[in-house]
Amino acid sequence: MRATFKGTPKGSGAGSMQALYAQLLVGLINGSFYALLSLGLAVIFGMLNIINFAHGALYMMGAFVAYFLLNLGGINYWWALLFAPIIVGIFGMILERTMLQWLTGLDHLYGLLLTFGIALIVQGVFQNYFGSSGLPYAIPDQLKGGMNLGFMFLPIYRGWVVVFSLVVCLATWFLIEKTQLGAYLRAATENPTLVRAFGINVPRMITLTYGLGVGLAALAGVLSAPINQVRPLMGADLIIVVFAVVVIGGMGSIMGSIITGFALGVIEGLTKYFYPEASNTVVFVLMVLVLLVKPTGLTGRAA
Amino acid sequence: MPDTAIAEAPAKAATGGNILQVRNLEAWYGESHILHGINFDVNAGEVVTLLGRNGAGKTTTLKSIMGIIGKRTGSVKFNNQEIIRATSDKIARSGIAFCPEERGIFSSLDVRENLMLPPVVREGGLPLEQIFELFPNLKERLNSQGTKLSGGEQQMLAIARILRTGASFLMLDEPTEGLAPVIIQQIGHTIARLKKEGFTILLVEQNFRFASTVADRYYVVEHGKIIDGFSNAELAANMDKLHTYLGV
Repeated sequence: MRATFKGTPKGSGAGSMQALYAQLLVGLINGSFYALLSLGLAVIFGMLNIINFAHGALYMMGAFVAYFLLNLGGINYWWALLFAPIIVGIFGMILERTMLQWLTGLDHLYGLLLTFGIALIVQGVFQNYFGSSGLPYAIPDQLKGGMNLGFMFLPIYRGWVVVFSLVVCLATWFLIEKTQLGAYLRAATENPTLVRAFGINVPRMITLTYGLGVGLAALAGVLSAPINQVRPLMGADLIIVVFAVVVIGGMGSIMGSIITGFALGVIEGLTKYFYPEASNTVVFVLMVLVLLVKPTGLTGRAA
Repeated sequence: MPDTAIAEAPAKAATGGNILQVRNLEAWYGESHILHGINFDVNAGEVVTLLGRNGAGKTTTLKSIMGIIGKRTGSVKFNNQEIIRATSDKIARSGIAFCPEERGIFSSLDVRENLMLPPVVREGGLPLEQIFELFPNLKERLNSQGTKLSGGEQQMLAIARILRTGASFLMLDEPTEGLAPVIIQQIGHTIARLKKEGFTILLVEQNFRFASTVADRYYVVEHGKIIDGFSNAELAANMDKLHTYLGV
């Protein structure tokens, strides 16, 4: 069972439009997490050619780091948005330096199995100490309450998650598509040997890229903590859908991951309204259809 | 004639001090032993051409100097610094630039991004205005996708982007391969101009006619070894031998 925000059940009569808008909002919130996570996966896959199955565990670690920072260090949500991605990003870079870098040039399966193993270990350790139930993480005071938009009631924190995720996604897209650093990344995705022969330290760039992708997962974890609570299996529940999002968008496609993430969140939300029974499977049905029609994904390029 | 003697004799035609010294260079692709002890020198300001048949080891020699081949032994000294164990990014930053045979234009980058991709490693690189003067076509196509250019334009872009970096030693791998005669001529003019500007160029070519218009000296590579070497002045006297070596 996935632990995404459930929202209001389908209403009827005058309340049904409000219920539709509520489900659209739920879809956008879930889409925000899908987009942030699939963006990180796309960055990592594009650069390292690794299908990072540890992404869900690293998302969970982001939420736990925010929890520890608050409860052990008195560091609030706003600082956690900065520190948790950095701390988990450094953890990711250590993983890349000590384990993942040795898989360069090998079949995708090795990376998938290794990161799957890492995910199981990380989740197991957290489960051992914290069990399976959720730990509470309060919404920061500045984002409590809601706004009446006339056609629906908007909880401020949920609006914040959507806007902030969108800004982070677009900033990441800008970094990769429109800057010199991004040009290095894109070029190294195509031909790392030649990029290195131009004088660029590609192994260091790969490590930093993995750190960036992991940092995005951790950031999503912090954003999710006040909505979904902090649980060792929160990432495991989400990651399968996120992989479906990445497959639909196209592996390695940055904008594809962002658009598909938000779009599938909305489609899922609409399905919850129109045909709730299919809401948990609609993403996978779409994945199958896309794989049948365009195996490289909607915006992906053939290898 | 032993390899080392070949390396020393043509160097007399040098136009400047010794900039690259390759000794007993051996290289492997996996289990395949490709280079079996390459020896040669390049002097500052020269255009030196490696000639040889397909599979002789010319490209592998360039890649080994650039640090791209994983397993290599021997000695490669650039400006008297040993670089045989250096990684390719450090070798590039020491002032060597490499233009690969397949050109290496990145499809995810436009022409401007391809051109600006290699970082400036030292002062003295050509400014963009001068690069556009050499290759006017590129200026008109800055926003096109790199791989949408014609073969000749892609070759120009591949050469242009390493001229910005400040590297003084250029290694060009078969820059004329698959190009129309008029483009080959243009690339020949460019190489002559670069020589005048003070660049040192190590060229790999199968097109001997083209090489003869730009090179100061030649080395012939066969089975992963240098088997002969001569200067441009000695070219006429060596034509028969050369035809035999190249099988033309």
